[in-house]
Amino acid sequence: MNTFGKTADVNIQNVKKFYGAGDTEVRALDGVSLKVYQGEYVAIMGPSGSGKSTLMNIIGCLDTPTDGSYALDGLEVASLDERQLSIVRNRRIGFVFQSFNLIPRMAAQSQVEMPLAYQGANRHERREKASLALSAVGLADRANHQPNELSGGQQQRVAIARALVSRPSLLLADEPTGALDTKSTQEIMGLLERVNSAGRTIIVITHEHEVAQHARRVITMRDGKIISDEVNAA
Amino acid sequence: MSLFEIIRFAISGLSANRLRSALTTLGILIGVASVIILTAVGNGSSQQIQKNIQRLGTNSLTVQQGGGGGFGRLSRNSGGSAQRLTVADAVALANPSDAPSVKSVSPVANANVACTYKGSSSTPQNFVGTWPTYFEASNDVVHTGSYFTNEDVVQGKHVIILGQTVVDDLYGTVDPVNTKITCGGQPYTVIGVLQKKGTTGFQDADSIAVAPLSTVQQTLTGFGSINSIVVEAVSATATDTAQAEISAILNTRHKIKNAAQADYRIFNQASLLSTTSSNSAVFTVLLSSVAAISLLVGGIGITNIMLVSVTERTREIGIRKAIGAPRGAILGQFLVEATLLSLIGGIAGVVVGIVGSHFQIVGVTPVVVPSSVILSFCISVAIGLFFGGYPANRAASLRPIEALRYE
Repeated sequence: MNTFGKTADVNIQNVKKFYGAGDTEVRALDGVSLKVYQGEYVAIMGPSGSGKSTLMNIIGCLDTPTDGSYALDGLEVASLDERQLSIVRNRRIGFVFQSFNLIPRMAAQSQVEMPLAYQGANRHERREKASLALSAVGLADRANHQPNELSGGQQQRVAIARALVSRPSLLLADEPTGALDTKSTQEIMGLLERVNSAGRTIIVITHEHEVAQHARRVITMRDGKIISDEVNAA
Repeated sequence: MSLFEIIRFAISGLSANRLRSALTTLGILIGVASVIILTAVGNGSSQQIQKNIQRLGTNSLTVQQGGGGGFGRLSRNSGGSAQRLTVADAVALANPSDAPSVKSVSPVANANVACTYKGSSSTPQNFVGTWPTYFEASNDVVHTGSYFTNEDVVQGKHVIILGQTVVDDLYGTVDPVNTKITCGGQPYTVIGVLQKKGTTGFQDADSIAVAPLSTVQQTLTGFGSINSIVVEAVSATATDTAQAEISAILNTRHKIKNAAQADYRIFNQASLLSTTSSNSAVFTVLLSSVAAISLLVGGIGITNIMLVSVTERTREIGIRKAIGAPRGAILGQFLVEATLLSLIGGIAGVVVGIVGSHFQIVGVTPVVVPSSVILSFCISVAIGLFFGGYPANRAASLRPIEALRYE
């Protein structure tokens, strides 16, 4: 949905990512160009091995492309050093993973406070913001629970709270419902929709059509290339 | 990211695996404690030896019968007949022009007799007939009562000064001064009691009785030869020159042409002291190097466990990086974890070491060397930083995407 006149939140130009070399070379991304504008809700679909996770990692500044350029909010990512990248990950991007990726034996409250701690926020501010984020995902009463004391859906909601606590403009979700039952999936998708309606850009990777239906733009990938990019009828 | 935050993360990281942290800490604890205890034992034993030798008088030299080598008996040496030490020898040594480094000379005649007082009996290990200069030369101080004088020696008075062990054996709680005792069938008046000196290994320095030389010779040993001559040098540094002067005088008197034929031996307390000090220094160095090795092993334990921890928590590191942990925060967390392990181990080791040094170890009372406490503690913390550095750096250098994928 290339809204004219708006600056792109994510601007990827001809990005390539190769692993290995010679005969064993794997072309995970083979010339992908993509613009995502602020406030969009995009789903990226495709079979496994199509390169969607690689694309997600590059957008999330976890991985660097072999070739091509990537600008986040107009900022050329390749020009950033490691410290600046960690600041970008901390302030501008929120991650939600299929396997939740919570830190074991750490209370929900502390998990959510962690991005703020790395920002250098003081204790009071951290506590307040983290409590707000936990209430926003409906887990205010689970603040002192450790991951193994929470259900899958609850763990994912903690992860979403953690991703949102530093108020990033972009939320990346890699198969956020892949490990959840139907009821939890609905909860999470509802949550993401609320987040999007609050003005945040969301990019979701999924291979479930029900999940993709929530997005307003669906991109399909195959063999490291984008094969379709269409506005969702709904 | 404040230091406080990093420490908080480190503590939660360590407490996630308490048993492992405790065992790693134990390695450092043992290292630090053994450094402190073993150097304390080395130090304690060398102090004990030095104290014992100093008690005998560092300025003093003892001339005894017997050759320098061989069996040292009164056997004939080739080239000259062995002569016994006599009072005349002692008088010759007291000549200030021949022996300027000699301060005083005390001939000693030993007897082996039992002393009795009202039915109790005691045999002093050392029953000495000598001159009054003996007390100063051998560091014997009269605690109660008085010394005997040169006049007592000239007149052959039956007076005696007893060591604490003999007093304990004979008297119990009664004040021995001015009582009359019998030694070897001869009556003596006790005029003084010596200050307690303590045991020197197998010899009880307090099992002693000192009487005028003439009295002992007259009644017990006869006027022939004497057992030894105690010579006091003018200062501790003059003992070597005093020894040379004594040798020269005795060689002339005993007609000895070279040192190998000497029919006497000179024991130099000062040289004995320096020999034993250097021996015990070697001993201390050996002990502390063994301890240092165990500290090193403890340090390697920290590296090992931190490497395991980094591998085990690779995914956690990935998560932390994904949510924006800078390299410095990860590095700091693992460094602080390693340093905390060694710091806690170090503190506990210092406590155990100091407490352990209060016990006697193989008969030695350890004396804690303060520098060993400070040094081993600092080294243990440095070990945490040094040995934790490699694993921490490895954690910080992990690429987030690879760390996240790690299973």
